[in-house]
Amino acid sequence: MIDKLQRLGKDVLGRIAATGRAGQMLVQSLVVPPAPKEMFPLLVKQLHFVGVLSLVIILVSGLFIGMVLGLQGYTILVDYGSEQAVGQMVALSLVRELAPVVTALLFAGRAGSAVTAEIGLMKATEQLASYEMIGVDPMRRIIAPRLWAGFISLPILTMIFAVVGIWGGSLVAVDWLGIYAGSFWANMQASVDFTTDVLNGVIKSLVFGFVVIWIAVFQGYDAVPTSEGISKATTRTVVYSSLAVLGLDFILTAMMFGEI
Amino acid sequence: MTSDSKSHIEVRNLCFSRSGRSIFEDVSLSIEPGKITAIMGPSGTGKTTLLKLIGGQLRPDSGQVLVDDFNVHALNRKWLFHLRARMGMLFQSGALFTDMTVFENVAFPLRVHTDLDEPLIRDLVLLKLNAVGLRGAAELMPSELSGGMARRAALARAIALDPDILMYDEPFAGQDPIAMGVLIKLIRKLNQALGHTSIIVSHDINETLSIADFVYLISDGRVLAQGTPDELIKIEDPRVLQFLNGEADGPVPFHFPAPSLSAQLLGGSRDR
Repeated sequence: MIDKLQRLGKDVLGRIAATGRAGQMLVQSLVVPPAPKEMFPLLVKQLHFVGVLSLVIILVSGLFIGMVLGLQGYTILVDYGSEQAVGQMVALSLVRELAPVVTALLFAGRAGSAVTAEIGLMKATEQLASYEMIGVDPMRRIIAPRLWAGFISLPILTMIFAVVGIWGGSLVAVDWLGIYAGSFWANMQASVDFTTDVLNGVIKSLVFGFVVIWIAVFQGYDAVPTSEGISKATTRTVVYSSLAVLGLDFILTAMMFGEI
Repeated sequence: MTSDSKSHIEVRNLCFSRSGRSIFEDVSLSIEPGKITAIMGPSGTGKTTLLKLIGGQLRPDSGQVLVDDFNVHALNRKWLFHLRARMGMLFQSGALFTDMTVFENVAFPLRVHTDLDEPLIRDLVLLKLNAVGLRGAAELMPSELSGGMARRAALARAIALDPDILMYDEPFAGQDPIAMGVLIKLIRKLNQALGHTSIIVSHDINETLSIADFVYLISDGRVLAQGTPDELIKIEDPRVLQFLNGEADGPVPFHFPAPSLSAQLLGGSRDR
């Protein structure tokens, strides 16, 4: 019994210490005097790696999810004779929920795990130590560009996901199932509000972007520098990010739409 | 290079422990400027840790590391990075940046710490690569190099800024005899030509003794013996003899601490 309590205590203390280290890393890498000339090329490279290379999976997933929404929405709404509202349903589900959440989950799997593995391997092969000994702060050179790239690219990817999803929905509902295009788009335009729906969706994606890339970078930076350590860190990135995204989504949704 | 610019390193009463295990207990060393000082000892005695303590990557529990009278661990981050720009370190794995070519790896410290023009950087990098015999490999990626070549490329990067202090972490480990011979020659030649203070951490006895001016032998977290290579081989201490002659039997135990074999096998305890 005492043993179990001890283990629990050790585990809790370990997690608190890790949270402290993660916060310290965030401050050390972001609270620095700006050096745009030095940072910009590094940021562009990371935006390409983290953002542009995630485009294909985001485009394909967005398209299919939009198509499925269109189809499912139609089969349910047609029973009530209100299939004209498919556009509204597709747009609202995507903009409010599916685009921020699914993009963040895909982003954690595609980009987050890659960032963790990359930084973890840099640590294992002494490249991070090497930067330090050359007199270059790895926080600024390695950590900061990746954090910024994540913050910037996830909201953009989310918007792309929503747009492609809505297009997928219209493909199925209008072009395949034959709903009148005018009512599909008009219903959507009438019901989707810029502030409550679009802006709240973007706020969600900003929060998710921050959390996912923070977890990914920290897990890599804090990984035990062995093959097993890096494999565990990569798994933790995907698991923690997914849980954090889903948990935060509920909290944010409650704050944004709870009063309706 | 005048003797004034050579750096003197002083380690005073250094204590360091990791995960509750003591690595160093009251270690004091003096590393003479412009000389090659070797730090030797069995694997796991914390030789690499000592280099990290000198470079300020780890903090000691107590004691001081003074580089030219500056306490490394009392410096703030900015000044520590300034100091490190005067240190070169050759890591055991080479630690080349895998996303850059060999040329870019060597050019990296120059680009970060100097405002030199691109043609001058190019010339300097080619000269450094020529010194380690890898001018022809400038455009290769680190993954295309053999282990020995990677270490030589890393050496070119370590000397890019003509540092006052050069630290070698196990430079001979895992090298074939030719690569080892090349490295020994290079380390000695570089020390003579540039006159920097060199610290070699190694357990390769013959190779290290052949180039070192002074040797510290560390075991169990303490300095076991010190002296010039000639003095060292005359020491009669059985622990020193065991290490220098590579004997399995002696005061340094072969077994990691454990209960006796018979007690563990026959004692009835099923604990592994």
